[in-house]
Amino acid sequence: MSERQLSPSPSLSRRRLLTLGAAAGALAGLWPRDAVAQLKLDVTQGTIRPIPIALPDFLTAPGVPDPAMGRNITQIITANLRRSGLFAPIDQATYVERIADVNRPPRFADWRQINADAVVTGRLERQGNGNLQAQFRLWDVVAGQQIAGQQSSTTPDNYRRLAHIISDQIYHRLTGETGYFDTRIVFIDESGARNQRTKRLALMDQDGANVRYLTRGDDLVLTPRFSPSSQEITYMSYGQGHPRVFLLNIETGQREVVGNFPGMSFAPRFSNDGQRIIMSLQQGGNSNIFVMDLRSRATMKLTDTAAIDTSPSYSPDGARISFESDRGGRQQIYVMAGNGGQANRISFGEGSYSTPVWSPRGDYIAFTKQAQGRFSIGIMRPDGSGERILTDGFHNEGPTWAPNGRVLMFFRDPGGNSGPQLFTVDITGRNEQRIATPAFGSDPAWSPLLR
Amino acid sequence: MLSEICSFRSTRLACLIVAALSVGACARNPAEQNAAMANASAATPGSQQDFVVNVGDRIWFQVDSSELTQQAIETLEKQAQWLRSYPQYAFTIEGHADERGTREYNIALGARRAQAMRDYLASRGIQTNRMRTISYGKERPVAVCNDISCWSQNRRAVTVLNASS
Repeated sequence: MSERQLSPSPSLSRRRLLTLGAAAGALAGLWPRDAVAQLKLDVTQGTIRPIPIALPDFLTAPGVPDPAMGRNITQIITANLRRSGLFAPIDQATYVERIADVNRPPRFADWRQINADAVVTGRLERQGNGNLQAQFRLWDVVAGQQIAGQQSSTTPDNYRRLAHIISDQIYHRLTGETGYFDTRIVFIDESGARNQRTKRLALMDQDGANVRYLTRGDDLVLTPRFSPSSQEITYMSYGQGHPRVFLLNIETGQREVVGNFPGMSFAPRFSNDGQRIIMSLQQGGNSNIFVMDLRSRATMKLTDTAAIDTSPSYSPDGARISFESDRGGRQQIYVMAGNGGQANRISFGEGSYSTPVWSPRGDYIAFTKQAQGRFSIGIMRPDGSGERILTDGFHNEGPTWAPNGRVLMFFRDPGGNSGPQLFTVDITGRNEQRIATPAFGSDPAWSPLLR
Repeated sequence: MLSEICSFRSTRLACLIVAALSVGACARNPAEQNAAMANASAATPGSQQDFVVNVGDRIWFQVDSSELTQQAIETLEKQAQWLRSYPQYAFTIEGHADERGTREYNIALGARRAQAMRDYLASRGIQTNRMRTISYGKERPVAVCNDISCWSQNRRAVTVLNASS
């Protein structure tokens, strides 16, 4: 076995904090009308004024193993919010008030003075059982009241998650969208020269921290995908010369072959309930789409053509499947019912289209497009309308959706002796950001929100 | 398409040398070519080196195609003749694609190319139980650069003789 056993995620507890502040009695999460109009963002719009937000360092209580931990948490939150493109964290050097007690409202006038619309305060302390507990409050500077407050705790080695959970709360309260920071990415770590590259399954937090390797690089591994409902991934591995789809539990390290097919199976992806894996199976020179039910182990053939049918992806409700096929000549995107049958082509622009991936919200299908020697990442509605190219260049490939359906990750390869790197982009095409990895990285797949 | 055929011709020898020496990069150095030619005459008939150097272990394909070109058929005719003469060899056909496609599609395309080669050899009397196929998609390029001279070398199917059959 090349997989390394990983320790299970420690349990995490969360509790909502009582509301403090000038508007006493107002429930957390209720906004004064003016503040909503001023602050709440529509993240689907092309032009956005990022929210100016102040993030003074979290206080670190005595007893916390590392006195810098509170500050670290603030830095992780600040980086998350800035990377989202929707927030403009304000330079700490300009802050007037020095926060000394997180259980009292900040002096709002001091924060208005530096043009902050919101301020985040927090404190980190050690619990009796050794766990770390973070409490935070989000304040509306304009209205002068608290809009969110929560405390969460976990084991010290897992403290970055506290920052991601708080980031998700802030993002949710101020944009109305579900956050996506408390998530992980599985991807292919690539090292060595292009023509003898070592590829390993790797796992990291969405911000690139905590990289762990799930395989050693002895076997060629490709196209990992996260289960939407469990700590499992499905991927393709060449094993000892028999390439096929595997299922790996990333907490126990347990690994198994998916299906008992005579030929090569590839391009796996979970259904949204996590109970089925849909994939391609090579049959002679053709590739057709199959699905396997993980409980009954029953397999069903969904396409039967003398073509390459691959990259299948379920709609969130499981009622439809998008996939790519060259049945009409070049690769195009088709949609069929969840149990197969007639497929309708939905991509009609110039060039060819591949790697369709249904958004977890169901409103878009992301794809890779090849035209005029360039590879783009784009989205279109499931009926093929509203095509929008988000990024274009020599080689962009393999989009994956953040669980909120508003951000995509993909890989970009400049070719030659260089290698692929991971990037994110909003569905507006704004805010392209590189996610740093230790070596080259490709085939990213976003996890659901952790629990 | 003309430019591809030209590059195909100009790089073919280079590719054979690459395979013989197990060196992955583009070999365009005349000294290396001469060394390989010297090896060619020294190859023992019926050896793996004989197959690689004197027959040609690989064929190339056009963009996004698994159709056998005239040159590919000529090579496969020689391969079939050699494989009939040395029936002790079982072999693996590796199908490959260039980098200018998406990963999953290229895995399928490499499989289709390997299958095309397998079908042709079978039609020339090679027993199918001697052959297995595998696709590496775009994961195992032999030539690395950002132009057609490399991509055309990477769109290939390779007959790999098993070590001791």
